[in-house]
Amino acid sequence: MESGLEIARAAAETAARQSYGKLVAWLAARTRDVAAAEDALADAFAAALERWPRTGVPKKPEAWLLAVARRRRVDAVRRRLTSEAGREHLKLIAEEAEARMTDEDLPDERLRLMFACAHPAIESSVRSPLILQTVLGFDAATIASAFLVSPATMGQRLVRAKSRIRETGIPFRVPEQAELGERLDAVLEAIYAAFAEGWSDPAGTETRRRNLATEGIWLGRLVASLLPEEPEALGLLSLILFAESRRAARRSAAGDFVPLAEQDCLLWDRALIDEAEALLSNAAAKGIIGRYQLEAAVQSAHAARRLTGRTDWAAIRELYDALLSIAGSPVVAINRAVAIAEAEGAVAGLAALYVLGDDKRLDDYQPYWAARAGLLARLGQVPQACEAYDRAIGLERDPAVRRFLQEKRAVLRN
Amino acid sequence: MRYMLLIYVNEAAMAAAPTDKTYEISAAYGAYTDALKKSGAWLAGDRLKPTQAATSVRMVNGKTNVLDGPYADTKEQLAGFYMIEAEDADAAIAWAARCPAASAGTVELRPIWEQTM
Repeated sequence: MESGLEIARAAAETAARQSYGKLVAWLAARTRDVAAAEDALADAFAAALERWPRTGVPKKPEAWLLAVARRRRVDAVRRRLTSEAGREHLKLIAEEAEARMTDEDLPDERLRLMFACAHPAIESSVRSPLILQTVLGFDAATIASAFLVSPATMGQRLVRAKSRIRETGIPFRVPEQAELGERLDAVLEAIYAAFAEGWSDPAGTETRRRNLATEGIWLGRLVASLLPEEPEALGLLSLILFAESRRAARRSAAGDFVPLAEQDCLLWDRALIDEAEALLSNAAAKGIIGRYQLEAAVQSAHAARRLTGRTDWAAIRELYDALLSIAGSPVVAINRAVAIAEAEGAVAGLAALYVLGDDKRLDDYQPYWAARAGLLARLGQVPQACEAYDRAIGLERDPAVRRFLQEKRAVLRN
Repeated sequence: MRYMLLIYVNEAAMAAAPTDKTYEISAAYGAYTDALKKSGAWLAGDRLKPTQAATSVRMVNGKTNVLDGPYADTKEQLAGFYMIEAEDADAAIAWAARCPAASAGTVELRPIWEQTM
């Protein structure tokens, strides 16, 4: 359990990341130079991460960071360490930002920064890491571990992406309504990727990853609050809150994996479920359906088990039908096949799975083999089921899930 | 590209594990090897006998020096290896992360130095 000290430390860290992100966004929006904005604030941010947990968060956190950045700048100029571009930013800090800070709070331009980071001209795999670094101040090594990439590679990708923002002249603005939908998708996808990477450490044993899920939720909240009329922004937040509500139920006391169908609903977080439900109905009221709302609706149907004691698989199957038609992917097709199996029987489910045929991407996609193994096992096709279980076990990286699959396979053999 | 996955685990802890645990671990390796093969990534791989069976050989001042035991005395010991074919470092890291050793010890990933003509 977390101690009071831990909680205070986490609160200070969150405040430091928020103020830092606001300042980076504000500076970068003016110069398009994200790297220089980070450079100018790096020392001050490090000092805040080190000091605030002990002293508490200052009254005007952004002003505190700026003051430290200025003081450090004097030292740095003496030592001639600051880059040319970093110096430009420090001039901005000195002249404009501080003038503003005295009478009002800095305008929140993090949404614009996120749109720049998730711009179509930026390679899609680096968008999520870029947002985590610029908006939240995570270092390349932390992001690299979460995304299973080497720190050196991640560092290079981030540097390249930032120079691309500058060189290509990517704008820091929230797109007009006409193109908002598509552009927002990229932002939401990046946030979802951050959450999903954090989610893949269900036991929460790795602090880095657990933080990532928390930060994903936080980014989701930020976008939903800044774009309250966008149903998909609300849908995404709803989806990740539904997932988060089940965190405590995903593992037994012994650390064993507990599949959704066997989870104890009493361990689900009621408050999060209520919030997710409210977001979803708010989104649905706007009358524009989308991928995240549908996925959230699937989660809502699962969450209903806590009230009805059963899962409405026919409804879930229909939701996946709709998802398949607007955002088809092997992942959706597999989930749909599982829903069909529950609603209509394993034979129908397996048929839906086999339609995927020999999509090469499935060769090393664990959920496909796990689903296939489960359905074959139900039909008593033991050798084929064992083979599929082996494949799933070999592709799993979470030891608890691996153990779970091994037990399933062992039961089959007996 | 070809990559070497060097598996380091704590030998003493492995030796002390109960039988059913040992069985579970070797089944996990079996499944992992199988998944590598079926995905076309597997090139080679084997388990090594414990460091008790190791011999270190070195020439010092023209004399052959043969010692019992491994080259370096470390907390985790080299216990096996895989050589795989992977599109790039990301794909190789994904395979390393799935290796049962990644959750019990360390998997060191090394690209093979390819000979160019």
